[in-house]
Amino acid sequence: MLVIKDLHASVEGKEILKGVNLTVRPGEVHAIMGPNGSGKSTLSSVLTGHPAFTVTGGAVEFYGKDLLALSPEDRAHEGLFLSFQYPVEIPGVSMVNFMRAAVNEKRKYHGQEPLSASDFLKLMREKRAIVQLDNKLASRAVNEGFSGGEKKRNEIFQMAMLEPRLSILDETDSGLDIDALRIVASGVNQLKSKDNATIVITHYQRLLDYIKPDFVHILYKGRIVMSAGPELALELEEKGYDWIKEIHNS
Amino acid sequence: MNSLKQFLELYDQHFGTIEAHAPAVLNKLRQQARQALENAVLPRKGAEDYEATDLNAVFSLDYGLNISRLDFDIDPAEAFHCDVPNMSTCMYYTYNDVFHRSKTARQIEGGVVVESLAEAAVNHPELLEQYYGQLASLNDPTVALNTLLAQDGILVYVPAGVTAEKTIQLVNILNYTRPMMVVRRILIVLGENAHARMLVCDHTQSSGVECLASQVVEVFAGENATFDYYDLEESGQLTHRVSSIYVRQQAGSNVLVDGITLTNGFTRNDYLVTVDGEHAETQLLGMTIASGTQHVDTHTFIDHRAPRCHSNEMFKYVLSENAVGAFAGKILVQPDCPRVEAYQGNRNIVAADTAKMYTKPQLEIYTDDVKCSHGTTIGQLDDEALFYMRTRGISLDEARNLLMQAFMSDVIDAVRLDTLRDRLRYLVEKRFNGTLTNCGNCSACSGAPLTPPQK
Repeated sequence: MLVIKDLHASVEGKEILKGVNLTVRPGEVHAIMGPNGSGKSTLSSVLTGHPAFTVTGGAVEFYGKDLLALSPEDRAHEGLFLSFQYPVEIPGVSMVNFMRAAVNEKRKYHGQEPLSASDFLKLMREKRAIVQLDNKLASRAVNEGFSGGEKKRNEIFQMAMLEPRLSILDETDSGLDIDALRIVASGVNQLKSKDNATIVITHYQRLLDYIKPDFVHILYKGRIVMSAGPELALELEEKGYDWIKEIHNS
Repeated sequence: MNSLKQFLELYDQHFGTIEAHAPAVLNKLRQQARQALENAVLPRKGAEDYEATDLNAVFSLDYGLNISRLDFDIDPAEAFHCDVPNMSTCMYYTYNDVFHRSKTARQIEGGVVVESLAEAAVNHPELLEQYYGQLASLNDPTVALNTLLAQDGILVYVPAGVTAEKTIQLVNILNYTRPMMVVRRILIVLGENAHARMLVCDHTQSSGVECLASQVVEVFAGENATFDYYDLEESGQLTHRVSSIYVRQQAGSNVLVDGITLTNGFTRNDYLVTVDGEHAETQLLGMTIASGTQHVDTHTFIDHRAPRCHSNEMFKYVLSENAVGAFAGKILVQPDCPRVEAYQGNRNIVAADTAKMYTKPQLEIYTDDVKCSHGTTIGQLDDEALFYMRTRGISLDEARNLLMQAFMSDVIDAVRLDTLRDRLRYLVEKRFNGTLTNCGNCSACSGAPLTPPQK
């Protein structure tokens, strides 16, 4: 579904991604790990079309389409989702209005009628249960005054509402206590199917105990320098990143 | 250039006709107004509190006036359905500047009086004698001009202890085939412990013709009275409005004044509030959404003359295209007014490089033991919030609309009339997504939808 070829990207003139290659197929879970500053979050920003990042080379295909030519909203309509490392607070915009706009714009893109108010609320109720998101949070402004854990649960709730084909979870474990981590991971696992795929970006093995990856990639200095099975994450946990740096720099 | 001259000449030639068609109590102030204008000039653009606004340009056009008070053969209640739905109001109209009342308004309750000043001169002369022109300052040439030319107006009187259950709604309609000036005058008197709410809507039905509405409103709020005054402007591109609202509050009174401009041409709104008694509360609110070449200038002055009073002021603007906004607000706390709390805010979103906002907050405090603050911001929409929404599939336009509506949500929430609040939310949404025609719910108005403000 996703084919990244020799992707180069920069921000404010500084090159961060220096030739990333990655292929993701339906049903797969990929973990991308790497030390701070290696370009993990940049990769998620570039894939979702953040205007601050400039693609300077390479190509990304998503179900045969040129992903980089699409606007961020059309990438979402095509089935790409990013769970933000730092979800944005939007005072004054209620979760309900926000989600209704998102769901109905996607339906419009696919030539479907907007959901009726009652169907929409039913859908909200159903999907909220997946991450045990309180009804009170759903009626508040987007992420405003949410705790760290609530914000991350809210991200997975939105993912459940939008039913993406490819989800990127950017440091979804950061700032979560162990209970919240379980809830979030269980939500992600419930949404998993043979038709969708997940890219998990993380520093630590911890999250991967709950969301089992099929592949683990190490991103370092803007390139994927090593790819292997889930055992690689365990090895990293044990040895840290220094040995990767040594191999790579020698 | 002295654009006042044409009006003085008109007055000097026709004062007989003007006076013949006006109540004596209005005529009484005319001579004073004439003197005040003898050597007066309108403030030039760039003068203090007129940084962005050229009044001379507005007053220099050749407007006609209806000094013979010809009525228009029309029933505004028939021609116009621009009420806020589900709101039980007593409806009144001025069509151009002639007063009409709807059938329902004749059954207004409990001794509440809403009538033309001509009627009031017969029915309640003592009220006019006591209050008319007592707040409005002839030192402001636009107010002096209004006083010089006003021939009628409206009196709202709520006697002591009376609560007007129904909202009093006044719809001002302009419909001319050639450039005309209307001179509006509203006098509102609330006795001790009287309670009322009023909604004033400005509409322009004609297109292609320049109109000037000169308006002076005087509000007297007695002890422990409460009064809400919502001023909703949905006029046309060629409508110029110069309005001054004066408020005097006695002890324990609670007054809310809310000025909303959704569509207009040129607007200058002055709000001058004198807080004269202890424990009075003032809410002064405003919301402007402007695109195209709309121009909205607000000047406020809250004069705290008594201790232990509380005022809260917030004006918000969203400007796009070539719109110009201005805000100059001053809070004055006089000596020996301890425990006054006065807060002023002006927050603005300038959504295009071509739009302009001028703002000037000002505090002047002569008592130590007070809490006062002012805050001004001019900014753009939050890029990170926009991106976040787009990654959820919300288009850039829709995301901007949601953020702009969100920006206005606190001033909408501050409206104390449930039906109006809901209606405003709806109108603001329509205004931002470009589907608001000249009026929100008006079969009489024609006109193409306004362009959405974000492009």
